[in-house]
Amino acid sequence: MAKKFRPDVDAPEYKGRYYPYDIIKEGTIALVVVSLLVVGLAILFGSPDDPAVTLKEWSTAQPVDFATTALSELNGTSGVAGYGPPYNSASDGQKIGPFPVAKWVGVHIPVDTAQDFVLMPLTTLPDVPALTTGLRVWSAASETQKTAWLDAYAKGTMSFANGKITDTATGAGPVPLFMTELTSMARTGALDADLIAGHGYYTTDYTKPLLFLSDGQWFPSIAANDHLSGDQWGMMNELGNYPGQAWLWLYTMWYQVPPYSTSWAANADAMVWATMMVLTVLLALLPFIPGVRSIPRWTRVYRLIWREHYRATAQEGGASPSREGPPSTPTA
Amino acid sequence: MAAIYSLFDALLPLTSPGHYIQWHWIQISVANLIVIILMIATFIAALVVPFPGRRRRRGGDE
Amino acid sequence: MSTTEIDRQWTTKFRRRLTTALPSEKLLPDTQPSYVASWIYVFGVATLSSMMVVIGTGCILAIMGPLWWHESSVGHFVNSLHLWSVEVFFFAMVVHLWGKFFMAAWRGKRQLVWMTGVVTFLASVATAFTGYVSQTNFDSQWISTQAKDGINATGGGAFFNVLNTGQMFMWHIVLMPIAAVVLTGLHILLVRYRGVVPPFEDTSAGKVRA
Repeated sequence: MAKKFRPDVDAPEYKGRYYPYDIIKEGTIALVVVSLLVVGLAILFGSPDDPAVTLKEWSTAQPVDFATTALSELNGTSGVAGYGPPYNSASDGQKIGPFPVAKWVGVHIPVDTAQDFVLMPLTTLPDVPALTTGLRVWSAASETQKTAWLDAYAKGTMSFANGKITDTATGAGPVPLFMTELTSMARTGALDADLIAGHGYYTTDYTKPLLFLSDGQWFPSIAANDHLSGDQWGMMNELGNYPGQAWLWLYTMWYQVPPYSTSWAANADAMVWATMMVLTVLLALLPFIPGVRSIPRWTRVYRLIWREHYRATAQEGGASPSREGPPSTPTA
Repeated sequence: MAAIYSLFDALLPLTSPGHYIQWHWIQISVANLIVIILMIATFIAALVVPFPGRRRRRGGDE
Repeated sequence: MSTTEIDRQWTTKFRRRLTTALPSEKLLPDTQPSYVASWIYVFGVATLSSMMVVIGTGCILAIMGPLWWHESSVGHFVNSLHLWSVEVFFFAMVVHLWGKFFMAAWRGKRQLVWMTGVVTFLASVATAFTGYVSQTNFDSQWISTQAKDGINATGGGAFFNVLNTGQMFMWHIVLMPIAAVVLTGLHILLVRYRGVVPPFEDTSAGKVRA
């Protein structure tokens, strides 16, 4: 009638001694010790707080990188412009194996890089008659004409002198003016305010300025300098010599190893997430997985943990009434 | 006021450029490595160091 | 009012089930089996203690608002307390997890204890993550723009926009702490309900007895 005792599933019934154990006192001591430890670490090491960077800083430090990025937002070649869901339908986004999960969920945070990052902000600039004309010419132009202008501009060489972006391109229509004005606007800080204020006076949503920032070279280069890039195990790292999210080691590790880093690179995020979800489910269901759940018994680390118990039972031998009962009776 | 503020500044801020160890494709910050080594050391110590307060067992009181 | 009517009350039934499953001496026991004698047992309570410090320091930061810690050195110090309590919290939790693994602490109908522990760990990682992206500094800018790709790839980015600071802040200070605290509570109640897992059968004791 009784089921067979499975040592990795069932626990033997404990019939031995009980000792006084003051868990409230233990908890209080633990709280005091942990608090003191935390206060000590905070006094000693503090915490990192590098100020947020801005489009103003970016366009001031590297105006050409800024303008190049702005051009890619306008001609649709930037990372965000071609991102796909949830921002736009320019691509299918990443796939988990054959499944374009992101595409199925769809576009929920619409971002039109040309409109949102370049043209709309330019319309907010007051008192630049040439720009007003340029924007009118642009919106009246055909798609073919716009592409021709953008292609012509991209063929030129961009440079920055006397506080302005210039380009050697000819026949680019109003595009040179857009780039010059947008860069100047960014250098005053007005673009930061405009992108954030897209939602009105009050806002807590920084999606657009962060996406624009992440499309350039400048922002990632600062991070790479601090070992924060994805291919540098960046997710578990922190600025300076502070410990970071070390508990993300397994998640960040996959990005460094083949095939995630090689043949799966285009879908690395999707594949890493899928892998981590599977591993997480396995960890949660570990008590039900034969073999894996036997590792604790095979490794015999438990002999060390309960050495006092085993010593005591060995000394008492079979004579102790506490161990007299059928020790292998499952609790089930 | 400045003096009061400086009371709250860290004694040894870890803000200098980070130290990293690179071994083939493995790259880890020294800070994270220390945390992980301390975790393993703490785990081993927790298993090995005798737990106090069980001396009564020797007296055999029940 | 008859006794049977009282017996049929949901409240009465619920209270009886509760007090049968977890009588006060089981909920707050004053003794433990003699095998509970190792430093490894303190890491559960250490995790809980550091969680209290995390929540306490988080409450001070919440009282003063999200930007306070950039402007005041007292605020920065409280942020340091918050950061280091999180580091200690994860440290203790990982050692606790290793310990429970090597004790095979899921034995004896304790699978749910293990599973709630794993889910609590995940909730804690998510809570920490939403905190990292709520810092309103360079860290949060970089971490959010990096992490967006992973979450977008799963389709989750459509609803959980890591670049939306206000949304992340709400998750960090309201939703995730509630989830973490409820899960921790459930985990601890299950531990108290099932008791501390007994040691493996002593396979070498047979020789002594023989």
